[in-house]
Amino acid sequence: MSRDRASRHLPIIVTIIVALLLTMMPLPRSVDAFRPDWLALIMIFWAFSLPRSYGVGIAWIAGIVLDVAQGALLGQHALALCLIVYLTVKFHLLMRVFPLIQLTATVFALLALYQFLLFWINGVANVTAPPATYWGPVVSGTLLWPLLFSFLNGIRYRVQSRG
Amino acid sequence: MAATRNNSSNPARIPALGFRALALVFLSMALMFLDHRDQHLGAVRDTVGAALYPLRLVVDAPARLWDWSSERLRSRTDLQQEVEQLRREQLVIRARLLATNSLQAENARLREMLDAREKVEDRVRVAEIMAVDANPFRHSLIIDVGIGDGVYEGQAIVDQVGVIGQVIEPGLLTSEALLISDPGHALPVEVNRNGLRTIAYGTGEFNRLDLPGLANNADIREGDLLVTSGLGGAFPSGYPVAVITQVTRMPQQAFADVSAEPVAALNQVREIMLVWSTPPVDSDSSDDEATDDESDDDE
Repeated sequence: MSRDRASRHLPIIVTIIVALLLTMMPLPRSVDAFRPDWLALIMIFWAFSLPRSYGVGIAWIAGIVLDVAQGALLGQHALALCLIVYLTVKFHLLMRVFPLIQLTATVFALLALYQFLLFWINGVANVTAPPATYWGPVVSGTLLWPLLFSFLNGIRYRVQSRG
Repeated sequence: MAATRNNSSNPARIPALGFRALALVFLSMALMFLDHRDQHLGAVRDTVGAALYPLRLVVDAPARLWDWSSERLRSRTDLQQEVEQLRREQLVIRARLLATNSLQAENARLREMLDAREKVEDRVRVAEIMAVDANPFRHSLIIDVGIGDGVYEGQAIVDQVGVIGQVIEPGLLTSEALLISDPGHALPVEVNRNGLRTIAYGTGEFNRLDLPGLANNADIREGDLLVTSGLGGAFPSGYPVAVITQVTRMPQQAFADVSAEPVAALNQVREIMLVWSTPPVDSDSSDDEATDDESDDDE
């Protein structure tokens, strides 16, 4: 691990920025309900593959940025991201031996937990939204995970083999 | 594999993971508590929001480019037609304005006679909605003006036909606004025909507002225009809001089931107007204001 810091951190910074762009991108209303939680997916991936470098700290910072981007309660997404990344890092060894299907099921559970936390905090803070809005991202995120996983894995290996 | 290399060099435990996560969870809870109770965290929001501005510009760019190119690539005949149409509209509006001017003068005279305070005209500024999606749980939008332009929290936003919403989060360069259709939004309105006052609540649908506070015998019918009453202080009075679409009176219930459709196309507008309203209305209606304030806006 003698690569310089910048090139090591570049992929994660770029993916976080792309995730934020995808989150803010306007979509037609019908598709909008199924916009995946890009940032959550990205953070799960990095916490899963490089748990020593990227953990709860960066997830929390990314969460705060997302809170501001969405005008949500400050700390809402930070808390939810922090918790799912904590679980991912905690169980990353167990998840490594999972076949892809089982891993996808785990990601489903993590995304559901993420949305539940948002739902819960929204409830406490009196932000009402129809319950269906919370399910779309979980479904689309889970379906997207295998693709995203292989794509990001490709990026990761390319970056690592270059150094 | 990188994974196995990582793990063979260290034991499987990651130091202080649980402690760090717990600390951050408590930190987020503290932040949420502070943010929800009162706005102590404006500085944090402004700083991060300013850092997000380039991202918002990038997201907004395709829409802007589309607007720009469709403006450039229009045919001559199209433009001529549009100019023709605008000219005709301008004539009509001018004619109407003539009448308005004399009416205004008359109104001022009458008010003087009644010894009432003269109503000052509201200052208006055009702003543009950025093609940036905000919170999926709320009906909100991002506009391209900020504190530097004099935007303040609670400022009313209208388009050329009616009320759209209000500013909830003025930022340095961009601001966030809440639409009147958000389930957490309530707007003091009155029926234009008879001055009946009530409150219009958002429902989460763009084309429907609810008016739950009207008694069964209230004088309201389909087609009535609702305008802002100006009570509650946030909105200037007299701007059109919605048209009553449905009145269902059920004898066994105390309140009628009334819904209205906003006159502004809430999910289609791109250009909006910010209104700097004059300070609250006359002192004789201050008791109404107090009661309306509680149920007014969610922020």
